Parts: sequence; C-alpha cells; structure tokens
Amino acid sequence: MFIKQLSVFVENIPGRLERVSETLMDNNINIESFSLADSSEFGVFRMIVSNPDLGLKVLKKEGFSAMLTDVLAIKISQKPGTLHKVLKRLYDEKISVEYMYTLSTSGDNTSIIMKLSDLEKGLKLLINNDNIIK
Amino acid sequence: MIWNESKECMSRDEIINLQSARLRKTVDRVYHNVEFYRKKMQKVGLEPADIRGIEDIKRLPFTTKEDLRENYPFGLFAVPQSQVVRLHASSGTTGKATVVGYTRRDIEIWQECVTRVLAMANIGINDKIQVAYGYGLFTGGLGLHYGAENLGSTVIPMSVGNTAKLIDMMEDFNVTAIACTPSYLLHIAEALEESGKLDKISLKAAICGAEPWTENMRKEIEAKLNIKAYDIYGLSEIIGPGVAADCQFHNGLHIYEDHFIPEIINADTLESCEEDEVGELVFTTITKEALPLIRYRTKDLTSINYDPCECGRTIARISRFKGRSDDMLIIRGVNVFPSQVEAALLTMGEVSPHYMLIVDRVNNLDVLEVQVEVEERFFSDEIKKLESLNKRIRNVLQSALGLSVKVKLVEPKTIERSQGKAKRVIDKRKNLV
Ligand SMILES: [Zn+2]
Repeated sequence: MFIKQLSVFVENIPGRLERVSETLMDNNINIESFSLADSSEFGVFRMIVSNPDLGLKVLKKEGFSAMLTDVLAIKISQKPGTLHKVLKRLYDEKISVEYMYTLSTSGDNTSIIMKLSDLEKGLKLLINNDNIIK
Repeated sequence: MIWNESKECMSRDEIINLQSARLRKTVDRVYHNVEFYRKKMQKVGLEPADIRGIEDIKRLPFTTKEDLRENYPFGLFAVPQSQVVRLHASSGTTGKATVVGYTRRDIEIWQECVTRVLAMANIGINDKIQVAYGYGLFTGGLGLHYGAENLGSTVIPMSVGNTAKLIDMMEDFNVTAIACTPSYLLHIAEALEESGKLDKISLKAAICGAEPWTENMRKEIEAKLNIKAYDIYGLSEIIGPGVAADCQFHNGLHIYEDHFIPEIINADTLESCEEDEVGELVFTTITKEALPLIRYRTKDLTSINYDPCECGRTIARISRFKGRSDDMLIIRGVNVFPSQVEAALLTMGEVSPHYMLIVDRVNNLDVLEVQVEVEERFFSDEIKKLESLNKRIRNVLQSALGLSVKVKLVEPKTIERSQGKAKRVIDKRKNLV
C-alpha cells in the first residue's frame, strides 16, 4: 500500500533534529518510524507519523522545508531470503530503490518502507508476489 | 635601487609642474577625442582651458566603473583601434567585463612602472623571477612579466596552478624572486616546509599584490621564507599592477605621480580629504593614451602622505588599504561582488536569492563558501537530488565568478534578513589582521 511519508531538511547543526521532534510532540503527533539520511552538511529526516498533513503544516510553520512523499509500505515474512526476493523482482524490472527502511517488526512479519523509481509499477509487481502479505 | 631618479625624486614643485602640464594635455585630448568626457564637461560648463593646473582638478567630474561598463567595450577609448596593441579585461558585476586598452606607448609606461617597483625591491639583472600571477586577460601575469623583462631579470612565466612544479623550478633554477598573491606565497611556503626544501631555495624577495594583506602577513612571509616581501598595488583601469608599491621602509606605497595623480575623497560628500585622512582613492591618468581616466574612483580606502621618504623618493605614499567603499571582495586576486552571486543564482530560477558569502583563509588560501537556502520548492526527500542541486549551483557560480566555490545548502529563513541593505558577506579573513 501507499503511505504518506513526512520528510524534512535539517542542517547538520546541534539542536535541529530535536527542534523537529519537539514541534511534532507539541502538536501531539506520534513518530511511528523514521530514517535519517545524511550527507556531510545536511540531512533528510524521513518519518512515518500519526498525522502527516498536520505534521507538514506545523513544521512549515516552524520554518522548515518539509514535504509529503508517497512511499510504498510492504509487509514481508521473517524468513531467510524474503527481502532478497523483493529486491530481485524490482531489479529484474529495472525499478531502482531510492531508499528504504524498517517501519515495524511484529511476530513473523516486518513492514518496510520503500521509495522506488516507479512506485505504481513497483506496487503492482510486489502485490502479485507470494511473499507480500499486505 | 631607484630606477628613475629623475621621476621618483623630484621636488614637490617639480612634481606639481609636471602633473599640471600633463593634466592640461590629457584634459584637452579627452575633450576632443572622447564624447563621454566632452559631454560630462559641457554639462558642468567646463572647457579644457579652464583646467590650468592640478589645483583645478577638483572641478572635473568623476569617472566610475559603471561609466566603463555603460560604454562597453571601447566607448572611453581616446585613440583609434589601429593604435591599440593590447586589450585586458576583468569580470564585472553584471557579467559584462571591464575592458581596458593599451597603445604601444601605454605598454612602455606600464612596464616602466613595474620595473621601478622591482628595482625598489632590489631586484636586478642577476635575478631570476617566477611570475606566478595568472597570465591572460588578468593584468597581473603579463604586467609583471613585461616589467621584469624590461629590467633585465630572467623571467620564468609560471602563471598559477602547479605549485609542485613551481617549487621544483625554484630549487633547480636557483630562483631569487617571485611575484604572486601574498596568500599564494604563504601556501608555497607551507609546501616548501612540508617537502623539506625550505633551506634548499635561494629566494630573497617577493612582490605581492592583487589582494589586500596585512603587515602581520608580510612579517610571517618574511620570517617563514627568510626573504623581503614588498607590496604592489594597481588596477587594470588605471594601468594594471605597478601604480604604487612600497620600498624597503614599508612606510606606505609610493605612487608614480608622473603618470597618475592621486586624490583622496570622502566617499559620501565627494569632498577632498586632508593629508593622512582616510578616504576613497581617486586617480587621474596623465600619460595614458588608449584609455585615459579622469578622476577615476577606485573605491579603495586609504590615506595619502606627501613627506619625502627615508629611501630618498619624494613621490607621495598611500597607506595600507583600509577596505573598500563598496562591497567588492578580492578573493585569490579575483574581484567578486555579492551582486554577481545574486544575479547568477537568479538565472537558475530555482534557488532563493537569500544567500551568504563566507570568505575565509584556510591553509593560507582564500576560500569562498556560498550558503544558499533550500526553499520548499527545491527540497527533495532524496539526498542525491539535493546533492545534484548543490552541484548545479556550484557550477553556475563558478562560471559566473571565475573562482572555485563551495556551496552549502542551509535551512530556509536561517540567513539573516535585515531592514534595508542585507548583510551578504562574512569575511573571516578580517580577523587575521
Ligand atoms: Zn620609500
């Protein structure tokens, strides 16, 4: 399924990430999962939050550059080789993974977030795959 | 040594007489040959005959870099193209270059001035000099080259860029003198230190200019390399390097007053300053043929002193530069205006015009960092897209400024907005004074 991810630009200076989390907390928004991608001077803080639209609004109000992006959330079973099957299938169809990270793990399943070069095609491809539960 | 005693050691009266005669001739020539000057003089009701001597120079209108730009490329030239033997150009604020031209006689005057500078630094026919200024449209390389050849020294036209080769040749050729920017010389000193060659070289003098430097930097260069370092000043509009330079007493830079009349004015009121009072340096060229300039505002802040110098020269001296009356920066010898950065960023159409220039000196080399705000519409959740934005900005700026630039993407609204004139520059080099 598609899910809205909240991304925000943060400079590599002390206190900036904390300012993001504080802003979300003050607005009662829960961060369900996140990944921080960094270069030497800046980072992109990507989050799955309880209320992405509100999250975007309040971060912008705080002066951050933020955006919502559709990403793919898929659930795979906790067995050797399942992630490999997903990636191989994408690779075979020449769909590249821009980035990915874990959303949650519960029981035998792991939910992962993926940004693909072609989200629609990726979704169709993976939905017909035995390994994808959701 | 004093290369041209008859011109460098005249009495004040002799200088004034010579300047007055040459000024009258110059004014007469520009009035008849350059429409721009004729119109400007007519506008204030001046005729050439009204200028009887240098006491009347204040009646003449000023000329600015904008005038040169508006008359691009050859509008202010006072001779037909057939008499112009050389053109040089420097980058301008709006992308259009400032073009300067020389007749054969102008080139001779220029090399005479540079020769005087080198002789003042005790350089002579037995010296081998590496000219490590850029060769090309920039006046630094060819200016020093011709002056040193005219003096009879052995010239090694290094230009800039290959420090390893420069150091090898300095050792192998027993080079005794070098002409380059002071920051580059410090860089060379460090490279010599690292390669353990400091005591293998025969260097004894350096002619440094094209960027502001301090007395402390001079002392550091002299101590590190065990040489004498001299300050040379010039600007392409006036002639190039060699308009002024300091002698072994380092008590201000001697101006070659037989070719250039200096004035110091208050940049706001445009009134003349007293002797030793800091103001904007203004030059009138009185021998140049191709591009004579009347009361050209250099925007450089300094003061002037007319006392004869311990070295025996009587020509006036200007003090070390105190800054600029505009916002121009000199970075590695390249003139940079913040407005150039703004214009370049705006051509990209995708970045905000909120930027900040941070100039610093790292390992003795000037570095320019341009901070640009990442606005909403350029933000991407993908690092590689942001990095490619950074690279595009860097390419645009580098080609606009002719200088390598480090670009830093910063969060929106983090660059200070101020009422009126925005603060665009943090020059950390100033702390090094
Ligand atoms: Zn002197």
